[in-house]
Amino acid sequence: MKKVVSNADEAINDIRDGQVLMLGGFGLCGIPENCIAALVRKGTKQLTCISNNAGVDDFGIGLMLQQKQVKKMVSSYVGENAEFERQLLSGELEVELIPQGTLATRCLAAGYGMPAIFTPAGVGTEVAEGKEVRNFDGKDYLLEYAFKSDFAIVKAWKGDEQGNLVYKETARNFNPMMAMAGKITIAEVEELVEAGDLDPDNIHTPGIYVHRIFQGVNYEKRIEQRTVRKVK
Amino acid sequence: MALTKEQIAYRIAQELKDGYYVNLGIGIPTLVANYIPKGVRVVLQSENGLLGIGPFPLEGDEDPDLINAGKQTITTIKGSAFFDSAMSFGMIRAGKVDLTVLGAMEVSEQGDIANWKIPGKMVKGMGGAMDLVASAKNIIVAMMHTNPKGESKLLPRCTLPLTGVKCIRKIVSDLAVLDVTPNGFKLLERAPGVTTEEIKAKTAGRLIVDGEIPEMKLEAPDRY
Repeated sequence: MKKVVSNADEAINDIRDGQVLMLGGFGLCGIPENCIAALVRKGTKQLTCISNNAGVDDFGIGLMLQQKQVKKMVSSYVGENAEFERQLLSGELEVELIPQGTLATRCLAAGYGMPAIFTPAGVGTEVAEGKEVRNFDGKDYLLEYAFKSDFAIVKAWKGDEQGNLVYKETARNFNPMMAMAGKITIAEVEELVEAGDLDPDNIHTPGIYVHRIFQGVNYEKRIEQRTVRKVK
Repeated sequence: MALTKEQIAYRIAQELKDGYYVNLGIGIPTLVANYIPKGVRVVLQSENGLLGIGPFPLEGDEDPDLINAGKQTITTIKGSAFFDSAMSFGMIRAGKVDLTVLGAMEVSEQGDIANWKIPGKMVKGMGGAMDLVASAKNIIVAMMHTNPKGESKLLPRCTLPLTGVKCIRKIVSDLAVLDVTPNGFKLLERAPGVTTEEIKAKTAGRLIVDGEIPEMKLEAPDRY
């Protein structure tokens, strides 16, 4: 079984209009830049994107929004994006806002083979509308279902030809759970190594969850909020 | 005089205890990190997946893979740990984080909080706020007592869509420190020079004033 593909275009080649994608990243940190660029080149449309954020106007998922490829965003926070706002207000784009921990845990549930979770997040708010509430030990919890998706697209720091992945710093964020949750999982990595080159004790995502992997190129890794301190 | 944002952050920092794991929200709560008292060691949690937030990097040392929940470039301290977002909210949900500090648009006398959505305005999303308020056992709200029109933000009931219900127990505003009790807002401290009458006038929710209310102690004013 060969998991290694040559590039992003090959990796996403069979993604079709109308499918449900998970895209890793928090803000612009740890996003699958190469696959997003390939999806823009391919022009796949009517996509549902499950991703914590929606990029900025000219980077990340914002690039797919510019080409009107996204039908629906499922996210926890979608600020910093004027085109997103325009499409939302004009009714071209649907958005489902989900508490961040609920989003992460619904991915996790999918990867753990569990159909649903109970979480207190959103109890008593509009997020709870239409959802089953269960009381455990005197506290209310909402029933939230595991996500179903056609593809999960994640970005890791290093990966090997078996699909084992290691993330760097806070670029880990949603990538491990999404990698576990995809029906088909595509991983792009900054450094693709041979099997045996990664320490088995320090694998973040075991390769069983990863179906395709490739060495990414030209990572921009744009910084959203550059904050520095002065030398004392 | 009403407190500045920095003074609100300073006052909240006095609530920190040695060994606390603390989650600081965006805005005034972030400033709390600048006033951690001497001898108190706390570990700051960033919900995107880090325990042990350090100061902002020096110019040229910014690392795009290392950001906080406000997407700002940061550093780590010695002994820090990275993890994924599910584990991050797992530790929040399981009550491992000792103190959460966040901002609010409105708080009700029952301890309900609204801080994510204004009808008619572009909704950006709740981020991690609903998870935090639903699970944290110890939440301090940092907020202005009134809106720019002078209307109270401490209400009998929230008018904006809720973030969480019956979850806020303490508020540090620019005018006062208050506990949220089953009987309403209990005034604990006044900002220096602010009268109890002014706080009463600017608190729309039920306010409990029990005896003489002391002024806040704001030492080291040169630090703001």
